[in-house]
Amino acid sequence: MTTTSQLPILLSGSGKLGHADADDQRPHRDHPTMARDFVANVQRTHWHDGALWFVRNKRDAQASSIPEWEYLREQASAIKQEAIAKLADFLEQFEANATRLGAVVHWAADAEQHNEIVHEILRQRGIGKLVKSKSMLTEECHLNGYLERRGIEVVDTDLGERIVQLRQETPSHIVLPAIHLKKEEVGETFHTHLGTDAGASDPQYLTEAARGHLRGKFLAGEAGLTGVNFAIAQTGGIVVCTNEGNADLGAVLPPVHIASMGLEKIIPRLEDLAVFTRLLARSATGQPITTYTSHFHGPRDAASELHIVIVDNGRSTIRESDTFRAALGCIRCGACMNTCPVFRRSGGHSYGATVPGPIGSVLNPASDDARHKSLPYACSLCGSCTDVCPVKIPLHHQLLAWRKEFGKRGLLSVGKTLPMRAASFVFRHPALYRLGGRLARIAMRTLPRVFFVNRLNTWSRDRELPTAPADSFSQWYAKNRGPK
Amino acid sequence: MSVALFVPCYIDQFYPDVAVATLELLERQGLEVVFPKEQTCCGQPMANTGCAAQAEPVARRFVELFSEFDQIVCPSGSCAAMVRHHYAEYFSPDDQRFRKVRESTFELCEFLTDVVGVQSLGTRFPHRVSVHPSCHGLRELRLAPSSETRFAGGRDKLRELLALVEGVTWAEPQRSDECCGFGGTFAVNEADVSVAMGRDRIADHLAAGSEVIVAGDMSCLMHLNGLIRRAGQPLGVMHIAQVLMGRPLSGAIRPSVAVPGLAVGE
Repeated sequence: MTTTSQLPILLSGSGKLGHADADDQRPHRDHPTMARDFVANVQRTHWHDGALWFVRNKRDAQASSIPEWEYLREQASAIKQEAIAKLADFLEQFEANATRLGAVVHWAADAEQHNEIVHEILRQRGIGKLVKSKSMLTEECHLNGYLERRGIEVVDTDLGERIVQLRQETPSHIVLPAIHLKKEEVGETFHTHLGTDAGASDPQYLTEAARGHLRGKFLAGEAGLTGVNFAIAQTGGIVVCTNEGNADLGAVLPPVHIASMGLEKIIPRLEDLAVFTRLLARSATGQPITTYTSHFHGPRDAASELHIVIVDNGRSTIRESDTFRAALGCIRCGACMNTCPVFRRSGGHSYGATVPGPIGSVLNPASDDARHKSLPYACSLCGSCTDVCPVKIPLHHQLLAWRKEFGKRGLLSVGKTLPMRAASFVFRHPALYRLGGRLARIAMRTLPRVFFVNRLNTWSRDRELPTAPADSFSQWYAKNRGPK
Repeated sequence: MSVALFVPCYIDQFYPDVAVATLELLERQGLEVVFPKEQTCCGQPMANTGCAAQAEPVARRFVELFSEFDQIVCPSGSCAAMVRHHYAEYFSPDDQRFRKVRESTFELCEFLTDVVGVQSLGTRFPHRVSVHPSCHGLRELRLAPSSETRFAGGRDKLRELLALVEGVTWAEPQRSDECCGFGGTFAVNEADVSVAMGRDRIADHLAAGSEVIVAGDMSCLMHLNGLIRRAGQPLGVMHIAQVLMGRPLSGAIRPSVAVPGLAVGE
């Protein structure tokens, strides 16, 4: 098929991130609305928050165990900047080397093309059963639904992904796809789909049931699809990092291995890999390294095939932006989600996108600004994400930059712009500011409480207003320090 | 040397004693401090909403007003960070007045530790305090190492100053620097999440046995105190300038006068 490079077309920037087949036809709701139900359940919110905070603490312990942690972050950032700057060169080098090793490299400009390529590989070989390991890219492309509608059985083999697949949900976190579910809920799901005992929620029992169930799927699988954590331009090899070993089973049991990768997964040299493998698992789950770090350099033997699908799907558009380019350095560790105080309390599904949390709130508006315009505001600008990011993406500054970009594009609601227009006017007229402040304080001191504490005032629904003093500081200063 | 006091608008209007304590702190160090009367706001609310066109004239006005001073001191890490890190887009990089203002604007605590080099305060605050390191002071101005990077070391300027006050004892919440959930307009846009974040912080500080949460940003404390008062919890909030001046705990931000119609959860 397509070993001819289509790189110039890919990088022309025309690609608008899209979803092949519109899986998601639900009306889109903004983040505050979607967060509301999750936050309202205080017990669940605390449990979810605590689970992710535990992971964040493990990350801290691992990061602090490495004296050169900050140096590693600098290195990772520099390598990614280099890779993104010379992206076309490194991708072509990768294609040449991977092809030399016997892999077939395919290029997909968008999600639709990616899904077509995967389907075509399966169709030509009469394959009806695909086993998948975790791949957020295929979630982004909505591959499962695309293939299922064409009569192919798709089985996610990552435990968390299998759980959400059985429940017909989407992952709520890119590393911990079922973190929103309690073990009792998993027990109910497995009872329904895998026939485990009713009411059983022992993790060991449930995991073993899933293992037995998946073992059969692995043996029946006719092709395996994996994601790609790193693609090495210098060698043409790909590296997949997992904890469950499911990617290895899926890649080596069937004769056909398809590896889907976003084009930003490229790293220049083999030695660069060492920087990222030291950072990835420590940042993601607080492990020193993932249980499996599997290298695939070409197909395993003459009877096997390795197909690598390199996907743009809007990435080259992000690459063109000076402001947002650094976000392409993301290695999908999920550390920004674990640390984000909003994510921990609102849950991943509240973001309404495949990649949630801070990095998702940066990437998603690049594909559909109007749909995802609430995401950069689902952020208190605390900056914790920026401090944990192993590749030093300035996430909270990019979120702020999106807000300004929305302003320029005229996407802000009147509810946002009108108060700011009024405030700007007042702040440009100091006498008006002083008078307005004075009147507001007099009103707060004299009018009945209901004027300020009512359902129109979102602040005071759960919070008291500050108590208005008789004098502002400027009034105090005029009285006590006299005119200067 | 001329020192100008930059008082954030909400402190001017709602928390005048924070500005008074800031002024007194600086005067005690022998500094002559001027409060430019025509100041209003740095423009952060507009900028953080995405309304750059509305923020720009406010930022320009700020630079015009403060460029004549040698140093500008602000009792807010957030507003100081706005000037230092987020003004650049409104000015030409070789605008001399902008550069001067950017380089001479300080948050109060860093000014006291780095510029003045305060060694003693002669004040007393005999209470168990817990520090809330407001995010912009922490991660934009690096007033202390954040929990994400703490192992890399660094000074903690708020604690250095509080340690100079006689009688201060510490209460340590489990999460040393999690965001309180204020976040400017975030507090209203994402009210549910904001409130959940604030309640969690309060519970953590209460469980640590704190009598009063101390912070360098009154905005975080306005949000937290709003929740504390609504729930009737036994926890004060005070700006660090007030504690450094040894203000009594009863002077924590609670209604000091009977406000008609505002008799709530005290």
